[in-house]
Amino acid sequence: MTTATKAKKPANQPVGLLGRKIGMTQIFDNEGQAVPVTVVKLGDNIVTAKMSKEKNGYSALQIGGFVINEKKQNKAERGVTKKLELPSLKPLKEFRVDDTNSFNVGEPIKPETIFADGMLVDVQGKSIGKGFQGTIKRHNAGRGPMSHGSKNHRLVGSIGQHTDPGRVFKGLAMPGHMGDQVKTIRHITVVKVDSEKGLLLLKGATPGVEGGLLVIKPSIQTWNG
Amino acid sequence: MNQIIKEVEAQYLKKNLPAFDVGDTVKVFVKIKEGGKERTQGYEGVIIKRRGSGIGETITVRRVFQGIGIERVFLIHSPRVEKITLQKQGHVKRAKLYYLRERTGKGTRIKERIGARKTGEIENLQPETEAQVQEAPVPAEH
Repeated sequence: MTTATKAKKPANQPVGLLGRKIGMTQIFDNEGQAVPVTVVKLGDNIVTAKMSKEKNGYSALQIGGFVINEKKQNKAERGVTKKLELPSLKPLKEFRVDDTNSFNVGEPIKPETIFADGMLVDVQGKSIGKGFQGTIKRHNAGRGPMSHGSKNHRLVGSIGQHTDPGRVFKGLAMPGHMGDQVKTIRHITVVKVDSEKGLLLLKGATPGVEGGLLVIKPSIQTWNG
Repeated sequence: MNQIIKEVEAQYLKKNLPAFDVGDTVKVFVKIKEGGKERTQGYEGVIIKRRGSGIGETITVRRVFQGIGIERVFLIHSPRVEKITLQKQGHVKRAKLYYLRERTGKGTRIKERIGARKTGEIENLQPETEAQVQEAPVPAEH
């Protein structure tokens, strides 16, 4: 079924870890070249539950991201961590993992077991909100002439034809709210894993504000092979 | 700057850079690769601009070579920049010496800083080693 252009979906999906974006800087590689990196502080990443095919209908791992003040949890989250006598954790995120045998509930997942220098990861985060934006900023549309009597500077322009088709096509690029969406950037290179400090250096930019939540997962998609 | 980012950068920062500033004449030794071989090349000129902080700090060095002005930007903490030596300390009243671009010949001269070390002394001046930096605060405590 899979074609060269379509991404393959492997049978066993890897577990991801939660972290916070600290900010960007650059470091030097062995060649002496400057590499732009995003610094990510990984959370505590404690396994809070295992979902099984028999019991839940699907196989997954539930992971608590960060140890926080109990007051910041909601009752559902508090119920999970109280029952296991774990510190207060938030957020609780599930990862579809087929083989959960190598993980134990209540134990933190060490970053060096998941990530290695030079591997590719997918990074998910909430992009920076831009508010209500026009088509020029939001969809890279062109603008009208700024002078020579033109009154169309940043207007939308034509949105379709006439009697045929007599309607506006669905999905047409229009003004609206931009950003503040969950975005996944695939195939980001891990430059360095610092398991001692719980830091991850990723090559290039990642979605979201500094201090924002990031979900980092080993890349599973492969193209052209 | 964020404390964690500072820690990440700290291991890449050079601790033995001489104290140079805009207006100074410096010689920058850059490692260049030529046909699989690596060698060091010196480049001498006047610092016309210093910008950035931490690992991204750069200097722009200007020199006039065969009547053509050349400006090169160096990441001062880069491992490719092997060494920077101070040749002459200049006295200038600007943070950016862009005015040098419009001048030629005598107009590009920069007054030497009063009280600055003489050229011979600067050449012999060893860059502060890490040990000296650590030792320095000790007498202040007595």
